[in-house]
Amino acid sequence: MSVSPTTSTLFHRHALAVRVTHWVNAIAIFFLLMTGLNIFNAHPMLYWGQYGANSDTGRQWLQIGSSGEKGFLRIGDLRIETTGVLGVSNSKAGAPQPIAYPHWATFPSYRDLGTARNFHFFFAWMLVVNGLIYLAYSLFSGHIRRDLLPSAAELAPANIAHDIAQHAKLKFPKGEAAKRYHILQKLAYGGVVFLLIPGIIFTGLAMSPGMNAAWPLLVGATGGRQSARSLHWIFANLMLLFIIVHLLMVMLAGPWNEVRSMITGKFRIKPEVA
Amino acid sequence: MIVPTRRTLFGLGGGLLLTACDSLASPDKLGKIVKSAEQASKSFQRFAGRDALAREFTRADLSPIFKVNGTHEPVEAEYQVHKTEGFANWKLSIGGLVNNPMSFSVAQLRSMPARTQITRHDCVEGWSAIGEWSGPQLATLLKAADMKTNARYVVFRCADNYGGEVSKGGAQSTSIYYESIDLIDAFHPQTILATAMNGAPLSVGHGAPLRLRVERQLGYKQAKYVMGIDVVDSLAGYGKGQGGYWEDRGYEWYAGI
Repeated sequence: MSVSPTTSTLFHRHALAVRVTHWVNAIAIFFLLMTGLNIFNAHPMLYWGQYGANSDTGRQWLQIGSSGEKGFLRIGDLRIETTGVLGVSNSKAGAPQPIAYPHWATFPSYRDLGTARNFHFFFAWMLVVNGLIYLAYSLFSGHIRRDLLPSAAELAPANIAHDIAQHAKLKFPKGEAAKRYHILQKLAYGGVVFLLIPGIIFTGLAMSPGMNAAWPLLVGATGGRQSARSLHWIFANLMLLFIIVHLLMVMLAGPWNEVRSMITGKFRIKPEVA
Repeated sequence: MIVPTRRTLFGLGGGLLLTACDSLASPDKLGKIVKSAEQASKSFQRFAGRDALAREFTRADLSPIFKVNGTHEPVEAEYQVHKTEGFANWKLSIGGLVNNPMSFSVAQLRSMPARTQITRHDCVEGWSAIGEWSGPQLATLLKAADMKTNARYVVFRCADNYGGEVSKGGAQSTSIYYESIDLIDAFHPQTILATAMNGAPLSVGHGAPLRLRVERQLGYKQAKYVMGIDVVDSLAGYGKGQGGYWEDRGYEWYAGI
């Protein structure tokens, strides 16, 4: 297929399976993040190792807390005042309350560990089943090999540096080049799909006492249940970072075209010579 | 023509989502479907390792301080009398669907063959502590009481009238603590009735004189101040019928995750 260099054309960019699993994934991760923050609020401290509770200060490396009306985030010896967002924030009624993550970032918006856990595990199952469907499709259809796997040439430092420079100048690919993911996209999407999401699932399972008995290697590999909990939190933050950058890129690259391509599959290719 | 940008779409969607979100959590809406995940988790864990043992640690791994959570000391008069008497007149009763209803004093429980295990206790809130627990296996007692064939669950009635902690969230009413497990967990070798912790008789904070240990589930299943054991075919007759104090308040009955 050839693209005329002077007119823009519609190109079928995303397969139906990719589009459906993308949006199911988006819904699941939206709820997983917000219920996760509600769950975290029940014990807003993180530790390394097998065990850890309030008195195990030597193992605790992160805390979101409050002293008086001030909220803080403590990472190791670094203490940052975060009043208004972390540690102390306004309730829905507008009064300051001591709570790790604010009500607008959690689901439910009030403290309810039981409900948050029920929703978390429901959407965790959705994430896993949806992910397996995506993986099966991507392996058999060639999506991974064709669209996601970087070639040696793409991985060359010069190519990566070039791509970063293009992004910094907000220059996005046009014409034929716009049909394929560039190297930063391949690394970001591949990293999320093959490393980050599996990492989130495995560290989540490694916190389960039932799974610890059934599959002891999982928690063993993370260095202990509290390490698994710390890693789960770190991975969730990386996921949030990816989502922010992803949405930012969608907006910069042309939100209408990008969102349409993930709904109908059709992506408008701009001519190479504008 | 006004073309909606991703920003306006996202802002609108986000606002609608946030206002609609909390109502989704109500038990008669999405909450009901969401609860189905509990069964999936239970089935999967039973498939992955029905008879698997929880990891046992060494004394070197013990938590320096094992956090006391939930009830710190039952205020009920009956319990206070037992405490004053050093639990000398306290008895554990086993009844319900059994052919030989029985009762055991603390001395009798201590004289039975005990299992000692150093395990990790995982609170639903997120923290963990490692402790050493000793006591007879629940299976020993259930075999002695001779369960009837229609037995399905084992219910643990506790001494404490639990008011609930704000940190666990939601409005909580005061009522007697109880817990329940099915027969797979009841006959698991690590399911014991602990009379001792870290080599000493169980302290009041940790559930004196008797505490259930179900090592493959979360902390709220490890009922403290156990007074009686009922073998039943249904959980309907206890509390709000969900099988435990926290279960009646929205927490999973199967707490292996």
